[in-house]
Amino acid sequence: MENQQKQKSLSDRIWSFLASIKLAIIVFSLIALTSIVGTVVEQQAAPEKNLKVLGSIFGDGLAPTAYKVLDTLGFMNMYRSWWFLLLLVLFAVNLIICSIDRFPGIWRVVRTPVRPLPPDAFRNMPIKAELAVKAKPAALRESVLSSIRGIGFNAAREDEEGGFQFYAQKHAWSRLGVYITHFSIVVIMLGAVIGIFFGFKGFVNIPEGLATNLVYANTGISSQAEFDERNKLLDIMDSAQGDVGQVAKELGVSVPALTRRLRHLGIVPLGFAVRCDQFDVDYYPNSDMPKAYKSHLTVFDGGKPVLSKWIEVNEPLKYKGVTFYQSSYGVLPDTSGGVAVLELKSAKGASDVERLKVGDSFTIPGTGITGKIDEFNPALNFDEAGNPYTYSPMMTNPAIKVSLKFPDGRTATKWIAKRYPESWQLPDGNIVGLTDFWGVRYTGVQARKDPGVWVVYFGCITLALGLFVAFFVSHRKIWVRVAQDKGGSRITVAASSNKNKSAFERQIEQLKTALLTKEVSK
Amino acid sequence: MESSLFFGLSTVAYILAMVAYVSYIAFRKNGIGLSATGITIFGFASQTVAILLRWKEFYQLSGMGILRSVPLTNLYESLIFFVWCLILGYLIIEFKYKNRSFGAFVTPIAVLALAFINLSGMSTGIQPLVPALQSNWLLAHVMMSFISYSMFALSFSTALMYLISSTDKRNEGSYIFWTAALGIFAAVLLAMGIDWVRYGVGMKPDAFIKSYLFKSTFRNSSGFVQLMSYAGTALLVFLVWLSGSRLKGVIETFKLSPVMLDEITYKSIAVGFPIFTLGGLIFGAIWADQAWGVYWSWDPKETWSLITWFVYAFYLHARLLRGWRGHKISVVAVFGFVAVIFTYLGVNLLLSGLHSYGSQ
Ligand code: HEM
Repeated sequence: MENQQKQKSLSDRIWSFLASIKLAIIVFSLIALTSIVGTVVEQQAAPEKNLKVLGSIFGDGLAPTAYKVLDTLGFMNMYRSWWFLLLLVLFAVNLIICSIDRFPGIWRVVRTPVRPLPPDAFRNMPIKAELAVKAKPAALRESVLSSIRGIGFNAAREDEEGGFQFYAQKHAWSRLGVYITHFSIVVIMLGAVIGIFFGFKGFVNIPEGLATNLVYANTGISSQAEFDERNKLLDIMDSAQGDVGQVAKELGVSVPALTRRLRHLGIVPLGFAVRCDQFDVDYYPNSDMPKAYKSHLTVFDGGKPVLSKWIEVNEPLKYKGVTFYQSSYGVLPDTSGGVAVLELKSAKGASDVERLKVGDSFTIPGTGITGKIDEFNPALNFDEAGNPYTYSPMMTNPAIKVSLKFPDGRTATKWIAKRYPESWQLPDGNIVGLTDFWGVRYTGVQARKDPGVWVVYFGCITLALGLFVAFFVSHRKIWVRVAQDKGGSRITVAASSNKNKSAFERQIEQLKTALLTKEVSK
Repeated sequence: MESSLFFGLSTVAYILAMVAYVSYIAFRKNGIGLSATGITIFGFASQTVAILLRWKEFYQLSGMGILRSVPLTNLYESLIFFVWCLILGYLIIEFKYKNRSFGAFVTPIAVLALAFINLSGMSTGIQPLVPALQSNWLLAHVMMSFISYSMFALSFSTALMYLISSTDKRNEGSYIFWTAALGIFAAVLLAMGIDWVRYGVGMKPDAFIKSYLFKSTFRNSSGFVQLMSYAGTALLVFLVWLSGSRLKGVIETFKLSPVMLDEITYKSIAVGFPIFTLGGLIFGAIWADQAWGVYWSWDPKETWSLITWFVYAFYLHARLLRGWRGHKISVVAVFGFVAVIFTYLGVNLLLSGLHSYGSQ
């Protein structure tokens, strides 16, 4: 018997500890303080990097020790460390239990209708006012009611001896705003957890003209053996064209087991293929700063094209729950497979489009001018001596060198740059335009599947609403009592508001003015 | 650019206003007070014109939509907008509470921000937008962040005034806190000034901040100089600590009731917090989600926003539910703004010097 009581009080104590604001304040501080460390040491970075960072804080002598200590404590990948996750869980549990603990009380407040106030309680209310008027109470009913309506309250009346009382309340539900806020935070965390368990974040570089049926994610690889296994699986996946079912059958394992293994090794099969048809960059005029970059992607499902779209930063493509974001781009190490797209125009208006490799020849239609592509340069510039060189590893100024042969036997060589149409002009109004140099760049695409994102967004909306209600809507109550006093009446006003009292005081002033003017106009 | 003329006008006006507000609290002449307000309003009006002009210039230059041409895309423009919000918030408070004394605290923050722009020589030109910044969420995100930062700046100045005006004894915790805070602040400014004189002139701000900040003092190659820098900081703190009562005397002439200071601190936070949550955290997350496909990646900027959010959540809960008042809660408000400054400047300036984050 005694034992039981002790147990109960222990669980009670645990409950009230988990429901306490003290715990909330401790957890707030711990999350904030540990996060600071997490922003100073770079997360998931190479050790040398953080040794340098720590060196510039503690001096090079202490840096290795500091590194070892922080590494042992998990600060090098702290947002995924067990203790940080534990802090977040504690935070959520605290929030939930605190809300459960307090909710019934608040609900009662919200549900309780206002009651008339006993006459002697008027004096004790936070906001009060009093005025004497000449009219008798009975004559004031309508005007008092309409004055109260004038400041937005719908009042009920109770008759008292020698007078009456109006009473009303507004926005009682606003007391729930705090709970909506807290609930939203839990919803957002839930959405994040859904994303972690049922989604993925991957990345893939797709060269122009090629397709992929998988993307790469963070790996849990910890040994050379696993690394070799990854490469072997990539080969098998490749020959099975990304069909996980077929690979599982070949290897004699179940599909879920294979999927889990692949995921561990950082491979995420998509179940469909994505091809990069074309990639393009627009630059700001006279600058190498990209204004926009975009990729034309086509999705193939079951071998058939089902969807095509230009994606840009801020403008992704979605298919079967996976979203593809334009993230980066680059040039392939080997540019020999590149295709120049030439727009050949004669002065007389004949035109032709040709797709040619370096070494190929062309003729401008109807002119007899022939040419041959000698060379490709991804970022053409000229030094002071006029010699061409490549000024950037990115394809910032793709250009081809063509040697031309004119009908009269003259020859010439010329650089033609994609970004500079003036370089396309030949004598006599003929044009060799370089509209694209295709097949030497890749597009860097971020792929994400996050079934939790809508839960997160929902939580964000309710969080914003909840905060708005919690801070800007107040639960207000008002009582107006009219009693016989000598020849006339005495009007007593009492009011309360759970926040922003001064704004309500101003309203009560308005009410007073209204009561007086209505009285006078009678 | 016509806008720079109006920016210049507003800068001069704010400096004059600062002088006027400080003389107002020293002499308590109504005429001075009125002219302080007048100059501030004039500065605010020219700044408004300047921002609108710059918006127009940016719009014409970038060839993008009007909403995407909001001049809020780099450190310079955002600092300007911060000052604008701060002055707006201050003017509202001045008219609502019919008290000019805060001006002497708020205008220096504005002037410091503007001085920082000029001293650091940061680029004031109109820069084209990298693709990730071409989003309508950017407008909502940056604008609301800065509105909330300004509210937090107001709460910081009232909380600090509260601390200064209500501490008496030199052995009191909160007295030590505010004198130390002010002393360290002065030491950091001084150290940055020395670096600036030694290395900074004519150098690009990014390179300067990355390679030379605190190199003459706290990060000097000589251990002795480092030691002396810390000793100097300690000395500075000690001096502020010794003479803190003078400052208190100044604040006392403001005739501000502590209750009122505390109320303004709370109200600014109560307005700033929801705006920060929606604009800073939520819109920032939506923008990141649209641009990169991750709404939250624990990058230092995001993490510092979250830290700031937690400090203010701490403030609200401690005040409303644990009944913290007075010194304790004002200290939290001061820390909140320290977190704001770090979120805004520290991440770009200091952490990007430590790491390899791009600071555009
Ligand atoms: C960072 C996350 C949190 C945010 C943004 C938040 C937000 C808020 C807000 C805005 C208020 C209303 C303050 C006001 O009316 O001025 C509030 C009140 C409150 N919070 Fe939180 N909160 C958070 C976490 C927590 C946690 C973890 C607890 C757990 C104990 C908690 C317990 C409470 C309680 C008990 C109230 C008062 C409710 C009432 O008046 O009935 N909060 N919170």
